[in-house]
Amino acid sequence: MAIEDLARASDDLERIEVQLLLEAIYQHYGFDFRGYALGSLKRRLWRRAIGEKVETLSALQDRVLHDPTVMERLLLDLSINVTAMFRDPTFFQAFRERVVPALRTYPFVRIWNAGCSTGEETYSLAIVLKEEGLYERTRIYATDINDRVLERAREGRFPLEKMREFTDNYIRAGGQESFSTYYTAHGDTATFSPELRSQVVFAQHNLVSDAPFNEFNVIVCRNVMIYFGKTLQDRVHELFYDSLDSLGILALGHKESIRFTRYEDRYEPLDVQEKLYRKMY
Amino acid sequence: MPFEMIVIGASWGGLRALEAVLGSVPRHFETPIVIAQHRATQSATGALPHTLAHHSGHDVCEPGDKDPIEAGRVYVAPADYHLLVDPEGFALSTEGAVRFSRPSIDVLFDSAADVYAERLAAVILTGANDDGAYGITRVRRRGGLTVAQDPAGAERPEMPLAAIATGAVQHVLPLEEIGPFLVKTVGSERTAA
Ligand SMILES: C[S@@+](CC[C@H](N)C(=O)[O-])C[C@H]1O[C@@H](n2cnc3c(N)ncnc32)[C@H](O)[C@@H]1O
Repeated sequence: MAIEDLARASDDLERIEVQLLLEAIYQHYGFDFRGYALGSLKRRLWRRAIGEKVETLSALQDRVLHDPTVMERLLLDLSINVTAMFRDPTFFQAFRERVVPALRTYPFVRIWNAGCSTGEETYSLAIVLKEEGLYERTRIYATDINDRVLERAREGRFPLEKMREFTDNYIRAGGQESFSTYYTAHGDTATFSPELRSQVVFAQHNLVSDAPFNEFNVIVCRNVMIYFGKTLQDRVHELFYDSLDSLGILALGHKESIRFTRYEDRYEPLDVQEKLYRKMY
Repeated sequence: MPFEMIVIGASWGGLRALEAVLGSVPRHFETPIVIAQHRATQSATGALPHTLAHHSGHDVCEPGDKDPIEAGRVYVAPADYHLLVDPEGFALSTEGAVRFSRPSIDVLFDSAADVYAERLAAVILTGANDDGAYGITRVRRRGGLTVAQDPAGAERPEMPLAAIATGAVQHVLPLEEIGPFLVKTVGSERTAA
């Protein structure tokens, strides 16, 4: 066999190993990664394989099935948790300008922040709502598949060194206050005011397998579905559609869109650039 | 077997190099070209594609998540995201920087090699780091065509040097020859309708 043929044969084998591993995880642990986008998924699986010092994904499967702590570590690798406060400042500006006025008409506001990771996005939303005078009558349900990141979100402690970046984002998002009033610094940690989570419920929820759990005026789900394949994205869009009140607003990440999904026609764009959509019927 | 994609990685000095390469590829070039160019995280959406389109006359855009990959187009990885090629189209990721870079050339090349194997051509241009060195070995292992800009004429030689040092680069070419080489070797030009 030529070197290319060998490489190709081993890559075909890899495809089989990926499928078997995901099936094993699903059957044994109930986490369903089978519909995730393949490119990122493979990178993360290999990262864990290297971390566990095994040479193939089949060997990783063996480790995962027989040692729950390996599964735990794999789960951390598979959920890409990178986030920031006021990530994409223009989005939060648009939220102030286009979403908040719509929310003012409601006596009580329910927001679902799906895939909230370690909570930076949730705290950012809370700050905007507070400054707009809506916070007291809002409840934010912030969910993620990953328990570990939720624990950190509940603590509301972030590295102090991040505050420069976050403050900068906050200002660019149209923030008018002094950002430092929202946290107190201890050593190298910034602890955010407990008030910013008094109206927040952090809870585990798996977008792939869990049912709708409430009706919302707004769903914010940014940079989560980019890790899903198209079929899975369609299913999550169904979940969101079913969970939104009439005229409810769906907010996606900058590079996501409802174009090419089955629910495309059910929404009207509220802000094309910022990926804000309003459910029409 | 015809080529289905060309991936290009560029860093320091990349804009000028990309303009040179794209400028010598005809506008009706069928094979999609996908570029990872390192740049500041805060660079404005659309600025780089706009400049490249302006200078080369090509249809250049930043793909969104799961956008289909279309013939005759040039795609540029958006600032602050990794761009991956998936069996279903483009995929984006906010995974942390890989070797200090997001977009990462390695991530783009690796994922494209997975999907297209020997139907992929990969080019490393000027740059002051070693991103792409791993990616290009993956492309070659899968049977793809590999090219690097001649470090001697590159604005910064480190990146092509690192790629060449892996032994995976088949063709080392001066900048002005890369476009014509791709057209000759990879190219399928749309026949005018
Ligand atoms: C890149 S973070 C996005 C954080 C934040 N929304 C932002 O845009 O900065 C993606 C998050 O999605 C979560 N996630 C992945 N799969 C999920 C699923 N099936 N259900 C719920 N959350 C999921 C991950 O745990 C991770 O915290």
